[in-house]
Amino acid sequence: MAQTTIPAGDNTLLRESSSLREIGRIERLLGPENYRIMTGLLKTPASILGFILIGLFIFIAIAAPLIIPPVRANDPYSIPRDGFSPNPEPPGSAWERNVPDLPFWYEPIMRSDQWVHIMGTSTGGYDIFYGVIWGTRTAFKTGLIVVVTTLLIGIIVGSVSAYYGGAVDNIIMRIVDIFLTLPFILAALILAAVITPKFGKSLMPAIIALIGFGWMGYSRIIRGDILSIKERDYVMAARVIGVKDSGILFRHIIPNAIFPTLVLASLAIGDVVLSFAALSFLGIGTEIGYADWGQVLSFARNWITSLNTYWYIIVFPGLTLVFFVMGWNLVGDALRDVLDPRMRGKA
Amino acid sequence: MVTYIIRRLLIVPILLFGVTVLIFGMLQFLSPVQRSALYIRDVPKNDRAVEGVIKQYGLDKPLYVQYWKWLVGVEDSKTGERRGGILFGDFGYSRVASQPVADLIRNRFPNTLDLTLWAVAPVILVGIWLGVQAAVHQNGLIDQAARIFSIVGTSFPTFVFGLVVLMIFYANLEWFPPGRLSDWANRVVLSDEFVRYTRLLTFDALLNGRFDIFLDAMRHMILPILTLSYISWATFLRVTRSSMLETLRMEYVTTARAKGLPEKDVIYKHAQPNAMIPAITLAGFSIVGLLGGVVITETVFTYPGIGQAAAEAAAQLDVVTVLGFALFNGFILILSNLVVDVLYGFVDPRVRLS
Repeated sequence: MAQTTIPAGDNTLLRESSSLREIGRIERLLGPENYRIMTGLLKTPASILGFILIGLFIFIAIAAPLIIPPVRANDPYSIPRDGFSPNPEPPGSAWERNVPDLPFWYEPIMRSDQWVHIMGTSTGGYDIFYGVIWGTRTAFKTGLIVVVTTLLIGIIVGSVSAYYGGAVDNIIMRIVDIFLTLPFILAALILAAVITPKFGKSLMPAIIALIGFGWMGYSRIIRGDILSIKERDYVMAARVIGVKDSGILFRHIIPNAIFPTLVLASLAIGDVVLSFAALSFLGIGTEIGYADWGQVLSFARNWITSLNTYWYIIVFPGLTLVFFVMGWNLVGDALRDVLDPRMRGKA
Repeated sequence: MVTYIIRRLLIVPILLFGVTVLIFGMLQFLSPVQRSALYIRDVPKNDRAVEGVIKQYGLDKPLYVQYWKWLVGVEDSKTGERRGGILFGDFGYSRVASQPVADLIRNRFPNTLDLTLWAVAPVILVGIWLGVQAAVHQNGLIDQAARIFSIVGTSFPTFVFGLVVLMIFYANLEWFPPGRLSDWANRVVLSDEFVRYTRLLTFDALLNGRFDIFLDAMRHMILPILTLSYISWATFLRVTRSSMLETLRMEYVTTARAKGLPEKDVIYKHAQPNAMIPAITLAGFSIVGLLGGVVITETVFTYPGIGQAAAEAAAQLDVVTVLGFALFNGFILILSNLVVDVLYGFVDPRVRLS
């Protein structure tokens, strides 16, 4: 690649007038535009706060068994029940049945060797703290699966559509329009309801539903990016030397078009988790008692009239979900500023 | 303009066809026996009856035959009566509500429409006003506050927000209950002397001269309206703010200022009308979205609109009902999007030509 050659001799004037700067290894790897996006993200205070929140949740997800060990080792995602009482118990009440082992942090911090319900229990004796901690794993799991799959589908559909253009493009984009007709949550709700009898109550119906109606956005973005890149000279050059269609598409165009979409997609995890929680709140998806935030929140639907007494059944899981989504949104908001074309070229 | 409208009209049948195919496709996840539930009103007496239905509606035939029969229904060979057929408004029979899906929609839709009509003004006008203020005072206090509000706003899931306002305004303060009407009001509405002119509760109450019932209905709608406003404001704010900022940088705005016009006129008479175009599109789509029934908001507040009915049916796996709602929703959305697009063509001449 172009090596900047500096004439021999005293170059102080040259160095001062032309703003030559060191180009680091990462910048060379990503290219100037992508590098600008990355540094832009790492410099805004809001997005740093976002990264901290996300990091905290990643830590909780990884450390879940250390924070609160599963009661049944082979089924860690079912929330342990302290009895079957329909009435919620307030935070700090003693944990009597199905008590987990004491983790190492418990005695020094809580100054007791008896488990209590740190965030109280919900209807049916389900421990809220357990649901919140292990729900973090569920959130990342569903978020990652949905985002990766929708992204793959979106990339394939969008790039085929943009690369071939003409009638193919037209038909594919009309299909995308049709998928976009129904409101997202309603469409996902329907698809999940239709496939639930096939899969039984589990994570699958909601995940498939979110994938089924979630890929269209990416295919549109990728299509737009490819349309602009496909006219570049190096693509023409590749075509002239006889590279196959698929080769041009996958080796030359997509790698150059994909970075903004990748970043955008990785930040969509927050939205996906939110939609997933909404579906399970509506009663679609997992078995009752599965450690998943929407599920824990949906217990509150039976206690609307007494939420003044049982505030903890919505406040703790609700805040968890809010902080999780906010972490991704803070980074996403900074990203929107960085990707704004009017900002291009500014440091 | 005429060609624009015609071009736009031509897309409608394609979209309608596409949506019916999409929903028909989802039906195919079910077995023929499950699909026969579309046409069965009572619990079938024996398996033979189910088989009869499957034969009659061709549920074991090739897909295109099934699709056609699903669209137009079949004629009873003895009575000549047409049964089924979504094109004729027969969306099947709802197991959960034990009534035809079409009747269920007819009962529920006025409630959703009522809510939409009252929610439109706070949702759209306040959202746009916030956006304009944020842009005019860019980086000022209002802008910063608006920015924080919009991040917190988009992070707060609808149902969490709904539960929180219920906790504060219902469980603690007992001001605004969920549901549609208080028991006493409901008795009046169901009685004979209350005439249902429009089927929209608030308007009927006014037409009947029952101001107390109007107030009671409004009392039940305040929290849903608050929730809907709050979830839309963040989006309106963002869109209006950025388009207003862009307009304020244009040269004609500088010209207006250079002429010595008061800043107020520059902003509200010169800049704002042009900055409103994206916000108008968004407004169109959000009205359409509200009409389609807001599933989560209606469910949290047990507001008996079509969104809540759809969610309830989905939770009980009553697929026929859910798909009926999807069809109705799809039709409404396609038609009202058409209206929005045409209106948009009037507002922004550039659209007609592209």
